[in-house]
Amino acid sequence: MPAPSPTAEKLYNFSKVCEILDKHDRLPSKIIPILQEVQEEYRYLPEEILTFVATSLGISPARVFGIATFYSHFSLEPKGKYIIKVCDGTACHVKGSSGLIETIERELNLSEKVHTTPDLLFTLETVSCLGACGLAPAVVINDKVYGQVSKKQMKELIAEYRAKED
Amino acid sequence: MKNQASVTINGKRVPLEGEKNLLALIRKSGVEMPTFCYHSELSVYGACRLCIVDIEGRGIDTSCSTPPRDGMVIKTHTPKLRKMRKTLIELLLANHETNCTSCDKTNACKLKDLAADLGVKEIPYKKTREHREPDLLSPSLLRYPDKCVLCGDCVRYCNEIQGVGAIDFAYRGEDVVVTPAFNKSLAHVDCINCGQCAAVCPTGAIVVKSETDKVWEALADESKTVVAQIAPAVRASLGEMFDMPASAVTLGKIMSALKYLGFSEVYDTSFGADLTVLEETNEYLERKRAGNRTTMFTSCCPAWVKYAEQFHPELLPQVSSCMSPQGMVGSLSKKLVAQTENKSEEDVIMVSIMPCTAKKFEAHREELSSDGVPLIDHVLTTQELGKMIREGGILFKDIAPAAADLPFGLYSEAGLGFGASSGVSEAVARYAARSLNNRDLLSFEPETNPEYPEWKEVIINDDNVKLKMAISSGLKNTEKLIQKINSGEVSYDIVEVMACPGGCIDGAGQPVSYESGKAEVRRKALKDAGKITPVHCPEENPYIQRIYEKMLGGKEGSPEAHELVHTSYQSRKRIADHTMELASSTQEAPVEINVCVGTSCFLRGSQEILSGMTSKIEQEDWKDRIDLKATFCSENCAHGPTVTVGEKKMTQTSLESVVKEVESQLGIKEPAGVKG
Amino acid sequence: MGTVVLEQIKEDVKNKKECLSHSIVICAGTGCIANGAMEVHAALSSIIEEKNIPLTLTLKEELPETGKDPLLLSKSGCQGFCQVGPLVTIEPDNILYTKVKPEDARDIIEKTILQGEVIENLLYKDPSTGDSCRSQQEIPFYTRQKRTVLKGCGNIDPENIGDYIYNDGYKAAADIILNKDPQEVCDLMKESGLRGRGGGGFATGRKWELALKQDSDAKYIICNGDEGDPGAFMDRSVMEGNPHSVLEGMIIAAKACKATEGQIYVRMEYPLAVDRINKAIEEAREMGYLGKGIFGSDFDFDIFVMEGAGAFVCGEASAMTESIMGRRGMPRVKPPRTAEKGLWGKPTVVNNVETLACVPLIFNMGLEVYKNIGTSGSPGTKTFALTGHVANTGLIEVPFGTTLREIIFNIGGGVLNAKGEIDNDDFKAVQIGGPSGGCLIEEHLDIPLDFDSLKTVGAMVGSGGLVVMNKSTCMVQIARFFMKFTQSESCGKCVPCREGTRQILELIDDVAQGRGSQETLTLLEELCETVAESSLCGLGKSAPAPVLSTLQQFRSEWDAHVDEMTCPTGNCKDLVSYSIVAEACKGCTACVRVCPVDAISGNRKEAHVIDDAKCIRCGACVETCRFDAITV
Repeated sequence: MPAPSPTAEKLYNFSKVCEILDKHDRLPSKIIPILQEVQEEYRYLPEEILTFVATSLGISPARVFGIATFYSHFSLEPKGKYIIKVCDGTACHVKGSSGLIETIERELNLSEKVHTTPDLLFTLETVSCLGACGLAPAVVINDKVYGQVSKKQMKELIAEYRAKED
Repeated sequence: MKNQASVTINGKRVPLEGEKNLLALIRKSGVEMPTFCYHSELSVYGACRLCIVDIEGRGIDTSCSTPPRDGMVIKTHTPKLRKMRKTLIELLLANHETNCTSCDKTNACKLKDLAADLGVKEIPYKKTREHREPDLLSPSLLRYPDKCVLCGDCVRYCNEIQGVGAIDFAYRGEDVVVTPAFNKSLAHVDCINCGQCAAVCPTGAIVVKSETDKVWEALADESKTVVAQIAPAVRASLGEMFDMPASAVTLGKIMSALKYLGFSEVYDTSFGADLTVLEETNEYLERKRAGNRTTMFTSCCPAWVKYAEQFHPELLPQVSSCMSPQGMVGSLSKKLVAQTENKSEEDVIMVSIMPCTAKKFEAHREELSSDGVPLIDHVLTTQELGKMIREGGILFKDIAPAAADLPFGLYSEAGLGFGASSGVSEAVARYAARSLNNRDLLSFEPETNPEYPEWKEVIINDDNVKLKMAISSGLKNTEKLIQKINSGEVSYDIVEVMACPGGCIDGAGQPVSYESGKAEVRRKALKDAGKITPVHCPEENPYIQRIYEKMLGGKEGSPEAHELVHTSYQSRKRIADHTMELASSTQEAPVEINVCVGTSCFLRGSQEILSGMTSKIEQEDWKDRIDLKATFCSENCAHGPTVTVGEKKMTQTSLESVVKEVESQLGIKEPAGVKG
Repeated sequence: MGTVVLEQIKEDVKNKKECLSHSIVICAGTGCIANGAMEVHAALSSIIEEKNIPLTLTLKEELPETGKDPLLLSKSGCQGFCQVGPLVTIEPDNILYTKVKPEDARDIIEKTILQGEVIENLLYKDPSTGDSCRSQQEIPFYTRQKRTVLKGCGNIDPENIGDYIYNDGYKAAADIILNKDPQEVCDLMKESGLRGRGGGGFATGRKWELALKQDSDAKYIICNGDEGDPGAFMDRSVMEGNPHSVLEGMIIAAKACKATEGQIYVRMEYPLAVDRINKAIEEAREMGYLGKGIFGSDFDFDIFVMEGAGAFVCGEASAMTESIMGRRGMPRVKPPRTAEKGLWGKPTVVNNVETLACVPLIFNMGLEVYKNIGTSGSPGTKTFALTGHVANTGLIEVPFGTTLREIIFNIGGGVLNAKGEIDNDDFKAVQIGGPSGGCLIEEHLDIPLDFDSLKTVGAMVGSGGLVVMNKSTCMVQIARFFMKFTQSESCGKCVPCREGTRQILELIDDVAQGRGSQETLTLLEELCETVAESSLCGLGKSAPAPVLSTLQQFRSEWDAHVDEMTCPTGNCKDLVSYSIVAEACKGCTACVRVCPVDAISGNRKEAHVIDDAKCIRCGACVETCRFDAITV
């Protein structure tokens, strides 16, 4: 299948937002699932889409902004193609997740403030618990779970995902 | 009465008299309790935790959120509670921008007072937050996020009382801020500038933008003639800033202080109010004669006007075209002073002193200028005037009174009444009665209809005067009223709207007061002042008559009056500058289609047009020839859905009409009757 | 009508099961999936296909008609012993294979299924005795547990309502909906003594009764699946492994308080749970167990799923209702309680997943039997997520009253020391109850674990996280870890939690980084008390617990940080320095190569040195050194 043109993609996206809004009957109470689905579509919450959603639902844009910034799942900036979630739950922490985080930050030149690489390939997130304590330390890249990850393995994983793009 | 339910507070029995929470009961008993986030008119939030009490058998809880129960035994100021309150204040101060000496709120800061009362000396905690930039762009209000204690009073006021929601909490945990959407400036969002956020703010996080420097500058400039006007409500409250009895009406002193400060002429906005009564009544009667049965809304409140422009552009034709009294006095006096002094209008500087922050915004309105010269140059709030008087070294208490200057210094009781809610309605109704029945109304008593507690109504059925009026203050209440009017459930001839509950007397420019009951005192003072006014009716004001003859074509509603004291409105985008590009062509000169998806157009079906166009573009393969954009408001709400195709602005569109136009512009099909 | 249909379905499933030659159950919990369970599943199917063995993947459909008894290859929910996953169970032979790899698939089919042969090297070996265990019943990790709530997670196909019904599912709900009145249900629940598993341990029956007594046109049941405690995942396992048990619990709760609608609030980090719950709801609707007139009665009740958007605080009942209503998940002041005014201002019961899953179990086993499990004040069982420095990690379930000693040393197989060897003398502490809980030490090992006894020692059952720590763990760092968690999850509404937790963290950092003094500790304690007593919601009130509890149990360790400026366990980077013992160093340069900041220098075959100024104390060198030459 050929890659869709940017025009087609934008049109598709807009009709998608309307579809999402309709699916939830434009109920202001459904703002969270609506934003979740919008984010799924765009990988983040663009400002103009949020304003559009606010207008359509009859909620003030300030309130929508407040909701979008409260929940950690929502991002107002574009996220990377690969989202690396490092579990920093108790078990993973005890088993060295902070070392993994340091390794990733070094490898990808990220910091506590910068979570996404400039090429929009990787985003680093820490999560409180993936519920995979038996596999501590655990890392999830997009939907794939990696257990008992060592620093060395982490570096290899990053290289592997990078290689996919070349 | 032995059996009356009671709560024991610090060993003293306090009877329960329907108090909703322990806090109210404690305060009733004469014990002061500190709070940041409690306001009786707002919902209970319970976040500042300062009103904690020790409840026997239950431990420590906040009194604002605890309903009193018979037999409760509570303590309010145990060593432990005091220590905890001190810790809470220290925690807040750790990240507070403590430039108290230069803070606008320095004399009325609850945080500063509490820190002093609780004996806070050194803060044992570190500053952990990064500096946040202040928002200085709004003409009315400044925000300093570093001074915010996140009590949310402003957020709740803006939402619960005004129904605007211009600001809200954003982010989480230690990063929480109160901010307009997307960290924009208040100047660029829905804010109506009512300033009540600043009025309820316990610290200096939201303050009124001060214009005193500019006024001092103008006063020092010898080429300028600086004149002033003061609004009705100012006189009933300025004394508070000088430890004068709350009811002291200080008009004479104010006039004299203004002269000391260097103002050449000092006028009274109540004159403009008198003129408004005549013009607005005339406007109403003319509408009625012309068979217009729609409700007429008053226009004196600039916060309400902006609200209508943003949220109800469809109502704008129904908003009275009269300028606000501030505008009328500015318009007329600038002209007259320039004439008498043989100066250009630019060199006459009009400074108005208002109880209001929205008036600052109003002064910036394009419509309130003539040939680029603003009718009002600067707006000072009551607070700012008080500060100038102090800064000018004037001993306000001791100063001898002086009279206002003529012609714009004389006013009637009716005009003065504009300072509080229902004043405009009463004046209009009475004037209508005098003109149509040749006698005044016997009484004018606004009553609450139990079915609609949000507003008051007056029904007049007196010979030739048949009027149904609604009096509303607080915009959330007003919104309900509008909804009911639009749905046809209620109907009124005239609706008076004031954004601030209670009217201008409780405006956000008034001296800061956290005491409840202050408003009542001010209201009474204003009413008393009206009673001693020698002129009762606007039409009996001899200077009003003179100005009509001299400047306003001799009668109400004349072309001259329309030129000088009437105005127009604009529908406004709620959020500035947003278009969503949906399809962009590669061609150099594509046909650009803008579809408005603002609320009003949206409701009228603009989305169907958009999605229809989207599939049409796909279908016909127009991708390369068309730029399709969604705009947030084309400011043409009454005639939506609005679509612009190329240069052509289309209203009340349908998918068919848009497609037809696009086809014509693409040169595919010629529309009937047009030959290219 | 309801019960008759149930019996028919049960019979049908039973008949199908009897027709099977074997069933192979692959654990498809998140842990096993991460370890490659799906690859194992694929490998098994392709071998089965190759061998032309009649196969079925679910008992939902009709069995294939081939003349031969088919083989069932199914996926189960999490079986708890994630550490040795992927787990593969073979029935009716009752064989449990552990750490199965796709390469093992051929052997499993050819040897075990076709020949009836047990593959020795896939069996679990008890590390303490070295014995192989053929089935779950022989593995000490399982034998010492009492798995009731978790039982279904291992042997029920979570995506087949029939399998749930076969295991007596929906029997209790049907009976209650058709034959009992609400007050009766509340009374029975009160009598059972079931207490909420979400943390506080409030009596479930009383909670229901409170809501029942409210007069309202609408009432709601919310299932709290927003399990966010770091180190706890029992709710996820139940939702993934036995979703119908949660639905059934909710249906019973709905009848008890006359609720009209249910909401399941699930963390977004649990996509599989969301998926399974949604499928279960669909199935239950199709069967008429949810929707209008459920089980043929005139009682209407339906359930909807809401996915959280990433906010731990939404686990608090009032914050959760706010979130469901589309607002920022900030707790609100009480009263009114959620049971009086919750979702949409209507009476609302919020029950935890595990609590709800217990409900049908109680009715199925009978009140008397249930009350005999556990202690009198805390009847029943409790699941714990056992993690940390312990030989067997995973999800366990034990009766209330079981001692920590039993859990750590028997079920857990003992404490692991820094080298990863079993060394029970290296036990230092166990953190229980997550960020709201506290630390227990040696002297607490024999107290029976239940809601009330834990409170007396400053801890709480909480959500059930059990983190075992050996002597290499620094308690200041543990306190910091939990504090950092609550601090970053604070909603930011009330002053003590928003500002206080941040300052507590700063004070801990002062201690950990050598800037502390006894005054710091005093201030820290005072601040913790203020936060604990003046915060708005439970999250803030319990936030200082890990700090206070470690200060109480490990005061001398804290003291060492401020009095001697040393970290006894060498974990606080600013209080330690790394050095190389010249005599032990062989000069292999391994450490030089791993040091990310080039702080180590030295020639080959000569003793190396660490430049303390450059060293960032990342510990990479220590991990690499094969000669134990680097000391901290």
